[in-house]
Amino acid sequence: MTATPAEKSVEKQDLVALTIDGVDVAVPKGTLIIRAAEEAGIEIPRFCDHPGLDPVGACRQCLVEVWMPGPPGPDGTPGDPRQMQGPPGRMKPQASCTMTVAPGMVVKTQYTSEAIDKAQHGVMELLLINHPLDCPVCDKGGECPLQNQAMSNGRTTSRFEDIKRTYPKPINISSQVLLDRDRCILCARCTRFSEQVAGDPFIALVERGALQQVGIYEEQPFESYFSGNTVQICPVGALTGSAYRFRSRPFDLVSTPDVCEHCASGCALRTDHRRGGVLRRMARADAAVNEEWNCDKGRWAFTYGQTGDRLEFPMVRKDGELQVVGWPEALDAAAAGLRAAASPAVLVGGRVSAEDAYAYGKFARAVLGTNDVDFRARPHSAEEADFLAAHVVATGPSDSAAGGSAVTYADLEAAKAVLLVGFEPEDESPIIFLRLRKAFRQNKTAVYAVSPLRTRGLTKVGGHLIAAAPGTEPEVLDALGAGADDSAEFSAAAQALRAEGAIILVGERLATVPGALSSAAKLAADTGARLAWVPRRAGERGALEAGTLPGLLPGGRPVADAGARAEVAAAWQVGSLPEAPGRDTAAIVAGARDGSIDAVVIGGVDPADLGLVDAAEALEKPFVVSLEIRPSLATAYADVVLPVAIHAEKAGTFVDWEGRTRPFEASTPTNAVSDYRALDMIADAMGEFFGTRTLAEVRAEMEALGPWTGARATAPSVAAEEVRDVEAGQLALATWRHLLDKGSLQDGEVFLAGTAPKPAAKVSAATAEAFDLADGEDVTIGLADGTTLTVPVVVTEMVDHVVWLPTNSAGCDLRAPLAAPGGDHVTVTKGGQR
Amino acid sequence: MTTLTPILTEFWDDPQSWTLATYEKHEGYQALKKAFTMAPGDLVNMAKDSGLRGRGGAGFPTGLKWSFLPPPDGGPRYLVVNADESEPGTCKDIPLLMAAPQFLIEGVAITSYAIGCNHAFIYLRGEVVHVYRRLMRAVEEAYAAGHLGKNIHGSGFDLDVTVHAGAGAYICGEETALLDSLEGRRGQPRSKPPFPAVAGLYARPTVVNNVESIASVPPILLHGADWFKSMGTERSTGFGIFSLSGHVKHPGQYEAPLGITLRELLDMAGGMRDPDRPIKFWTPGGSSTPMFTDEHLDVPLDFEAVGAAGSMLGTRALQIFDTSVCVVRAVDRWTEFYKHESCGKCTPCREGTWWLKQILGRLEHGQGDEEDLDKLLDICDNILGRSFCALGDGATSPITSSIQYFREEYLQHLELGHCPFDPRDATLFAKEGASL
Repeated sequence: MTATPAEKSVEKQDLVALTIDGVDVAVPKGTLIIRAAEEAGIEIPRFCDHPGLDPVGACRQCLVEVWMPGPPGPDGTPGDPRQMQGPPGRMKPQASCTMTVAPGMVVKTQYTSEAIDKAQHGVMELLLINHPLDCPVCDKGGECPLQNQAMSNGRTTSRFEDIKRTYPKPINISSQVLLDRDRCILCARCTRFSEQVAGDPFIALVERGALQQVGIYEEQPFESYFSGNTVQICPVGALTGSAYRFRSRPFDLVSTPDVCEHCASGCALRTDHRRGGVLRRMARADAAVNEEWNCDKGRWAFTYGQTGDRLEFPMVRKDGELQVVGWPEALDAAAAGLRAAASPAVLVGGRVSAEDAYAYGKFARAVLGTNDVDFRARPHSAEEADFLAAHVVATGPSDSAAGGSAVTYADLEAAKAVLLVGFEPEDESPIIFLRLRKAFRQNKTAVYAVSPLRTRGLTKVGGHLIAAAPGTEPEVLDALGAGADDSAEFSAAAQALRAEGAIILVGERLATVPGALSSAAKLAADTGARLAWVPRRAGERGALEAGTLPGLLPGGRPVADAGARAEVAAAWQVGSLPEAPGRDTAAIVAGARDGSIDAVVIGGVDPADLGLVDAAEALEKPFVVSLEIRPSLATAYADVVLPVAIHAEKAGTFVDWEGRTRPFEASTPTNAVSDYRALDMIADAMGEFFGTRTLAEVRAEMEALGPWTGARATAPSVAAEEVRDVEAGQLALATWRHLLDKGSLQDGEVFLAGTAPKPAAKVSAATAEAFDLADGEDVTIGLADGTTLTVPVVVTEMVDHVVWLPTNSAGCDLRAPLAAPGGDHVTVTKGGQR
Repeated sequence: MTTLTPILTEFWDDPQSWTLATYEKHEGYQALKKAFTMAPGDLVNMAKDSGLRGRGGAGFPTGLKWSFLPPPDGGPRYLVVNADESEPGTCKDIPLLMAAPQFLIEGVAITSYAIGCNHAFIYLRGEVVHVYRRLMRAVEEAYAAGHLGKNIHGSGFDLDVTVHAGAGAYICGEETALLDSLEGRRGQPRSKPPFPAVAGLYARPTVVNNVESIASVPPILLHGADWFKSMGTERSTGFGIFSLSGHVKHPGQYEAPLGITLRELLDMAGGMRDPDRPIKFWTPGGSSTPMFTDEHLDVPLDFEAVGAAGSMLGTRALQIFDTSVCVVRAVDRWTEFYKHESCGKCTPCREGTWWLKQILGRLEHGQGDEEDLDKLLDICDNILGRSFCALGDGATSPITSSIQYFREEYLQHLELGHCPFDPRDATLFAKEGASL
């Protein structure tokens, strides 16, 4: 019997044949015995073993009896198998989690070897002598590998009648992870995960013998973006999450397969809920995407719907005040306002599902008759829209059934070199970071970052910094395309990009640098490296595919192409689609302000994020219909507010950065409707048949349309702009968002907020010297809009004349100042009041 | 009748035995000169031919270990000397380093030349600060005399020696834990494979040898493999330092051919401390080797015969206990040691020693019942061969062997409800006729 799954089929000669409990197994060379047994359907108990971690052989629970083939006879046939022994005469059990298979090996597990069954029972008994029997109050009780395997492979009663080791419990190793040391069986899964997978060795085993324990450095808590994974892989209840501790029993929970709404990584999640409330989320194994991991934001930031300010009823502005009304009245008000509008527009944030985005795009074109629709609720450019149309939209992952050509996680792992431009993976797409770290550890992938500073994340992927001040990215990319340079690092990067399998990842931030995306695409063309675009928000790529850009219809169809318009018009059963070029987010906001746009349908947009001066105030003039989950700057100016479902309450699809579709189900029951349904109701009230009542309807229509097969849009070729000189006393500002920050989807989760990085002003040693700043002391930053903020200085490896600050952290909100004229430069003064 | 063979211990009574000058008076660094006239491969063969087996306890053939190194690839290769002598009863490396450290340093130079190593490390047990100082001084002297450093004696061979003091952990005597500790990590054993010969210190090919093994290399090279083989038994060739401690008239280091018996050694050491108190039990190679009794006085102390009699030659640490000693108390103390020194990596050793200590502690005070003895044996059965490294195995030896030979004495504790011995009787300061 060959138990190797079809997708892993290996050439016959690479397979190693062995016998486990009398079952013939053939597995690839180098496979661990414990994995080979899994292939044969034989489960060996284990604790320290985890397929995502390096083997350690610490717990000794997975012992098996091994017979190795004897030396070959004169005719070359292998001799009779001999039992591995030590001391002679006594069978020596082997840890099946550290020993690899060998041809002709005979393995006996607890099912066929009495001695092994006894050995396993012995180890289990020893594991339990110091384990408190507090299962009835332990979070892990009911889903605990120790509990389960003690039942299946342990003695019925304990012979231990002496004194157990105890500790005060629990201790906080960070604000979100608690440690009960007495429950710990010292399998080192958590410490190995932190060191190997995340590269954050903030926890380590300390002390020795039975007093060995997981510890943190004094005053350095476990502040890793990935700490929640340790809670999930802990085989006992030693590590628990603060938010979930004592909240539920696993058998009371209902689990729904889910996909994370926080970023474009596309993590598979499992949402556990009870009586309509989400209690926790876990990483769900998906080998192609997140493997078995996720980040702490994806795990714990789900409380934004439980903050007590959810919009539950429709509202209509009467006498200047929003008043709760029934759905029919609100829909009629929305319909009347939109019908009266001469020039309406649609703004949709990057957070809605692809189905919702599709409905917004269709609503703009088929109902409102306009191409004024944009999903980019952030700084953006026309160059970016052209770049997306030319290089990104309607490309699928290379491992998909459709046989796309886009870069995948697996491609990153196998790549010889990866260049990051305008993109900090650990903060902006943490699962890409994990995969790059794996690639670095296992395949020595060389990572290069065109960035103003060496980040912690870049160091953890063994990366090389190609230092570039903000705005100089096009120049650097062009130079990389040209080849050699004085700097060895630079020349190595230029050369690595020309090798086979090189990949360039560009972040959405690059849209703010004129010419950068053009240069990135040119660099890819010049070097042969593959190019991928990584947006920050989970819904952006889906919205792009669904046609919520002014110039693109669903499936990447260019609005400018009459054939494309006709195709979509036919699918939507409308006579024709608007032909006039649409306006992007910035133009729509400008239009709202100057009156050329007189109605806006806005959903899932925080105007403060747009990077435009007084964007919210611009909504004062036009008629505004806001589809929202909680009060926001948009609802403050809305004439009609329609409440919609939060992520946990709706089914839909995200498209991750690879272009991979990530469908998810609704977890919790609700009366709230998804955006596509609300839009359908408005259309209904306007007397239009819209056809987005159900998810099935929307999906069927999207599927029937499919991707555009006609000619792709031409790539943009925008020239770089001159970089403004920094005046004396000023520094150029570089910024992006930390993964954990003030983002509204993290609202209500205090434990998570406790581990968010504290804002700091990062400068180079030369810059610090020029401004007489020392590491750790306070500095006051004067921003373009006149506000100031005081934060500590961190001196780090980065370009001179530049200061880096987080975009939207507690005490450091740069969104409005950045939008102000000259917002890319700041003044710097030593000291200040915090 | 076997006689002593003082070679490494030859001039320990010299008033300045530890100096380079004294060492050079006794053929010091002659062997290194000879080594430079030979091909490195011939030195490895010489070690193989001599039959020298590792003196650190396991008795693995030293020359064979050297030959396991992969062919040179241009990268560094290391020699690491294990001087983390911490086993209860074992006291040969520390006295050797105190009395005649140059033996080791010359051996390091010859071995490094043989295996192509240009940077050797001596990992010394952390507590012995006086030995650390002496060893550092000896290395300084060797550098100054040109026995270490660049282009040693014009041979073109470079060698640096680093003396590293551990932090005092028994587990760091386990070779892979030693390497982790030397690299700056916590001392915990590594998974094998890869073995140190392939990926040892800093993941480079590494030979790890005991102090006495390496110190034996210069005399062997100078006098030949046949000279070495003329001593000892057929498969346990050569001489070794036997450390006698406990209730013996003249405790100390006795260098003798392997295969000598304890009866002979006791005669040389002036017999038992108190002629009226015969030997009750003894360890052939430290506390982790199963104990022997007076039945075993004529067992030849070589690897084979001791093994055949149910124990291990180990480090030839002969701890002698007379009839004044309570075996339960002695085993309880040893078990406390293993509990304290268990590194905590694997379950059987970490949890097992914790449990064994508690049971033995009770038994010594007569608390428990006969079932506890079976429990002890069963826990030992669940540790032996199941733990990650040999530390756990060693912890079971005194328990299983003492129950094998002295089960009645355990039961006596339980019947009396207390220990039948006065611990003061066994001490050196016990006054004759003094009562409780």
